[in-house]
Amino acid sequence: MPYLGSEDTVRELRRALTNPNVQSDLLRYRNTILKVIRAMSQGVDVSSLFSEMVKACATVDVVQKKLVYVFLCSYATLNPELSLLVINTLRKDCQDPNPMVRSLALRNMTNLRLPSLVEYVEQPLTAGLRDRAACVRRVAVLGWAKLYNLQTHSDIDAAVVNELYSLLRDTDPVVMVNCLRALDEILKEEGGVAINKPIAHHLLNRLKECDIWGQCEVLRILQRYRPQSEDELFDILSLLDASLVSPHPPVMAATLSLFLSLCPALPTVTLAALERVRAPLLATCGSASREMMFAAICHIQLLLRSLPGLMGAHYKRFFCGYAEPAYIKQRKMQVLMELVNDDNVAMILDELKGYCTDVNTDTSQAAISAIGRIGRSYSDRCLEILTGLLGLKQDHITSAVVQTMRDLVWVCPQCSDTVCLAVEGCEETLQDSQGRQALLWLLGVYGERVSSAPYTLEVFIDGVRSETSLGVKMELLTATVRVLLCRPAETQDMLGRLLHYCIEEETNMSVRDQALLYYRLLHCGIEETRKVLQGRRSDPSLGVLIGRPAEPVGQWACSFNTLAPLKQVAVETESTSRGSPEHVTFDRKPNTDLSDTLNCGQDETVHSGSDPDVLPPSPVVPLSLSLSPALSPAEFERLWLQRPHVLSEQDSVKTEEEEDYLCMEERVRCPEILHCSTQSLQAAMQLVNIQMLAFTSPHKLPWRVYLYTHTQHANPADTPSSSSSSSSSSTLILGELLYSGEGNQRSAINRGPGDGDVAVKSREDEQTEGEEEAAADGPRPQGEQDEVKVTLKQQPRDGKALKAFLSILTTVLHTLSSERA
Amino acid sequence: MISQLFILSSKGDHLIYKDFRGEAGIDVVSVFYEKVTALPGDQPPVVMSHKDLHYVHIRQGGLYWVATTTQDSSPFTIIEFLNRLAALVKDYCGSLSEKSVQMNFALIYELLDEVVDYGYVQTTSSDVLKNFIQTEAVSSKPFSLFDLSNVGLFGAETQQSKVAPSSAATRPIQSSREQGGKSQIFVDVIERLSVVIGSNGVVMKADVEGEIRVKCYMPSCSEMRIGLNEEFSIGKSQLRGYGAAVRVDECSFHQAVRLDEFDNHRILRLCPSQGEQTVMQYQLSDDLPTPPPFRLFPTIERDNGGRLLIYLKLRCDLPPKSFSQELSSPEQSCELKPQNRSVVWTVPRCTGGTQLSAVFKLEVPGLSSASMLEVGPVGLTFELPKVTATGLQIRFLRLSPVQPGPSQRWVRYVTHSDSYIVRI
Repeated sequence: MPYLGSEDTVRELRRALTNPNVQSDLLRYRNTILKVIRAMSQGVDVSSLFSEMVKACATVDVVQKKLVYVFLCSYATLNPELSLLVINTLRKDCQDPNPMVRSLALRNMTNLRLPSLVEYVEQPLTAGLRDRAACVRRVAVLGWAKLYNLQTHSDIDAAVVNELYSLLRDTDPVVMVNCLRALDEILKEEGGVAINKPIAHHLLNRLKECDIWGQCEVLRILQRYRPQSEDELFDILSLLDASLVSPHPPVMAATLSLFLSLCPALPTVTLAALERVRAPLLATCGSASREMMFAAICHIQLLLRSLPGLMGAHYKRFFCGYAEPAYIKQRKMQVLMELVNDDNVAMILDELKGYCTDVNTDTSQAAISAIGRIGRSYSDRCLEILTGLLGLKQDHITSAVVQTMRDLVWVCPQCSDTVCLAVEGCEETLQDSQGRQALLWLLGVYGERVSSAPYTLEVFIDGVRSETSLGVKMELLTATVRVLLCRPAETQDMLGRLLHYCIEEETNMSVRDQALLYYRLLHCGIEETRKVLQGRRSDPSLGVLIGRPAEPVGQWACSFNTLAPLKQVAVETESTSRGSPEHVTFDRKPNTDLSDTLNCGQDETVHSGSDPDVLPPSPVVPLSLSLSPALSPAEFERLWLQRPHVLSEQDSVKTEEEEDYLCMEERVRCPEILHCSTQSLQAAMQLVNIQMLAFTSPHKLPWRVYLYTHTQHANPADTPSSSSSSSSSSTLILGELLYSGEGNQRSAINRGPGDGDVAVKSREDEQTEGEEEAAADGPRPQGEQDEVKVTLKQQPRDGKALKAFLSILTTVLHTLSSERA
Repeated sequence: MISQLFILSSKGDHLIYKDFRGEAGIDVVSVFYEKVTALPGDQPPVVMSHKDLHYVHIRQGGLYWVATTTQDSSPFTIIEFLNRLAALVKDYCGSLSEKSVQMNFALIYELLDEVVDYGYVQTTSSDVLKNFIQTEAVSSKPFSLFDLSNVGLFGAETQQSKVAPSSAATRPIQSSREQGGKSQIFVDVIERLSVVIGSNGVVMKADVEGEIRVKCYMPSCSEMRIGLNEEFSIGKSQLRGYGAAVRVDECSFHQAVRLDEFDNHRILRLCPSQGEQTVMQYQLSDDLPTPPPFRLFPTIERDNGGRLLIYLKLRCDLPPKSFSQELSSPEQSCELKPQNRSVVWTVPRCTGGTQLSAVFKLEVPGLSSASMLEVGPVGLTFELPKVTATGLQIRFLRLSPVQPGPSQRWVRYVTHSDSYIVRI
């Protein structure tokens, strides 16, 4: 910091320091030195006083000594030659009868950080290791670490390392812990201090003597140790049990960290530890220190990734206090969002509603998007709140609500009716570009249902000249063209004006190009435009992912008790908030149906090794699968139930044929598929253009998945045997994968896939069940209970296409389970 | 492991700067302050990073206490350490403020030197530290008439001297040694209430976080025995005694506390070290033995002139004998804070069993019926002396063997509102 008159200050101070009258008066001398230090910590450059301060070092007054050392250590690197003068005094002090003076001298000798002084320091340090006062040994031990870091290139002195290892048995616990620290730094290149069985046990036995800082250090170092037997492991764990519920958060966190690294292979132990740590973690959440509370909440978020039900009953602990800083409130809301279940949803929503009118706009927007997020599972209640918020006519609230509604509609198309009603008239209060973009998107996609859509657009088009936001202009273009498709009479004129403006007057290239693109598209005819612009309105595959599948603990264990969880913003909420990646693109419709149809030729044969009996050799049908047109869960349910189920299930392969519809049942042996995460399953299915509509969570029994796809013959002319009518060579296939867990339990109850509660069962039960399942799984006899029953329904019928589809599906399942195994 | 440590005032003045490992330059301080000021609002996140240096900071006493560290260090340890350091500074300097830190910087450097070596925490126990710390604290006590009121006329023992002045517990611990000062011990039962009352008057949430804090000014303290209520019980099932149970959900103790008499007689035994320490912490959720201390009956209206009328009726449900006290302002006052969009109603004191009413008339431009929904919630901030929400009491406080010379023992109870929200 520049400091006016600093030269004067320094001159003044030098005069005082050299004044013999001051030097002879102990108190005045000390006060002058105090002034120097004060100037130093205020940022004044007092390095020119170095030689005067070196002289002040030779004194019997310990306070003065300490002050001078503070100065010397700060400026020694600037004056290496003068620092040599200090060494003599320091070495003399190392012989002082007072242990405090000895430790002080030793510490500051090593703090000077001058490589040139190393040779003078080594001898006192060696002596210091054997000093009878513990405080000197503490300093000496760390001194070696400092010395080593000063000259990293030099060889490690084996004698010192041995001495340090032997000092692990020192009577003073701080010396012991310092030895660990020093060895860890000196042996950094060899992977730090080596922990063998005797050392580990020694450390564990002395854990109680250490203070909390020492305990944390020992627990951290112990993470390197791998117990040799299970008995030893459990001995260690039971020894550490008390620390796990320590009232000191650092000790508790370090112990849990150690637990996680000691038993990654014992999920039951890990789970028990996480349960045990719940109480102290919650207590930390109520800590008087905001920062400590924040750290605890961030770590609870980590735990919840694996154990979503862990804090369910304690949701009230995460209600925000009104004076809490915004960063805590936002984290608490993220936690609340995770904790929602049937019992507490009313309370949580009521609480979140209170935050929506928070004075801090970030907090209120976070609350609104949290409500939107909960809306994926409890859409009615949430939409009611969101609609109510629109009534406040506050621009930032309205903007956040409209964005939230857009995100919600994208995953829950069933909300669209309410949303269409609600967005009417809110363009008046919208100010920011994000909110207006969201509104325009909604108007474009649901133009036929929002009665005032063309008139709202007209207002925007009239004001387009003064519009500054690029995103709004692009979105306006797309929305107007879309509305034209459903309401041409009202829109035609204004679209003309808009296109004219954008092509003739607009200076921004991308807006102009977009306008030109639409203009040419419209020249191709209305049908072509419709094909390009009217794609999917929603992505139901996101909708069923309401409850995230529980992650394995190993995914976050390494970042537990580090700074990482405090920094990262959970990805989950990021995608629901404003800048979500899926909305950055101005037009996201034509994505699935244009290019990613996948051709599956004959080369997609089945793993013949693992299931020789599944498939009869089928004739070659070049087949491509496609996801469009999209099928809503409701439609799926209707179609699925419409078709009668297979009645007799005696044969392993059963086909039943009617006039235009085919039903088929298969058994595929791939037990491992159950343990696949739903996300990887879904990703794999998407890869071959099969859409999963609904599924139970992994490990839940009976496990089932509903899926659909459309088949298309790549070249229909080659397959004249196809019984489908000539007009449509494509068929729709609906499928169900069922794993009941027991071979004899055959008849499955058909359940609609649209049920909102499929994934929101009480998660705790699932967790425990899954646990048992995983435990019971293993060397199970390879019987028919390992088979997954595949039921397929096709319409219109096309036996070959169905067989080909089945082979693709089996391949996917086998690939996944072999990866898993 | 801590690389550097510094204390900044809220305006960004460097008060203390200490580099333990010499790994980064002094500009880290200005980088930190730039980051803080670049953010909107007064609440920078706890962890910030610049290049590969990570800043962890806490706010205490209006100051930034910042440590720089590496990615893989434990946030719990660093935050706890910074808190502990602030507590130590408070113990040694008497109070925590920009001024006291500035005046005692030599003492704080000395403290830091002993507490941390090469970035590793060595000890934070005041028992150990008292042997090493030589500098004396400079305390800044403004001249105050309140102190005079405690001086008896002509040195006579007045009634007032039976009550410790509120500043008694904010003096440096070291001075007791040199000045031969009073050997005092303070035992504080401090509870923090966090309550949410719904718009229909139903208590939606009521949590208590409590702690027993001992502040010891005895140069050498022997064993102390703290007796709690006999009927104190932990957990839901356990019931003790015949009176109304004093119950908490969870309870944890300082590691120095010996609990061999706790199970039968509810006695905590410990040898307190100098300075302040938290002996016991406890929580109680959702099941308070008494109704919440304050009830609020709000009515919100819009008058013909387009003004917003807020009627508030505040009732204090404490027993009539007790009283609660807020900041000692002379009388009720009210202030509009436009930047927070809030109205602050200050009530100096409120006797138990009484009721207060207030009408606020606000001119709000563009007031609509929808704006009424935006009003609320009401947050109450208060301090209730001599009251604990859980009913926890200290039966006795004994020092054994009895101290030679005059020693004073003080037991104080106080309940703060951590967050007391009434929805409208």
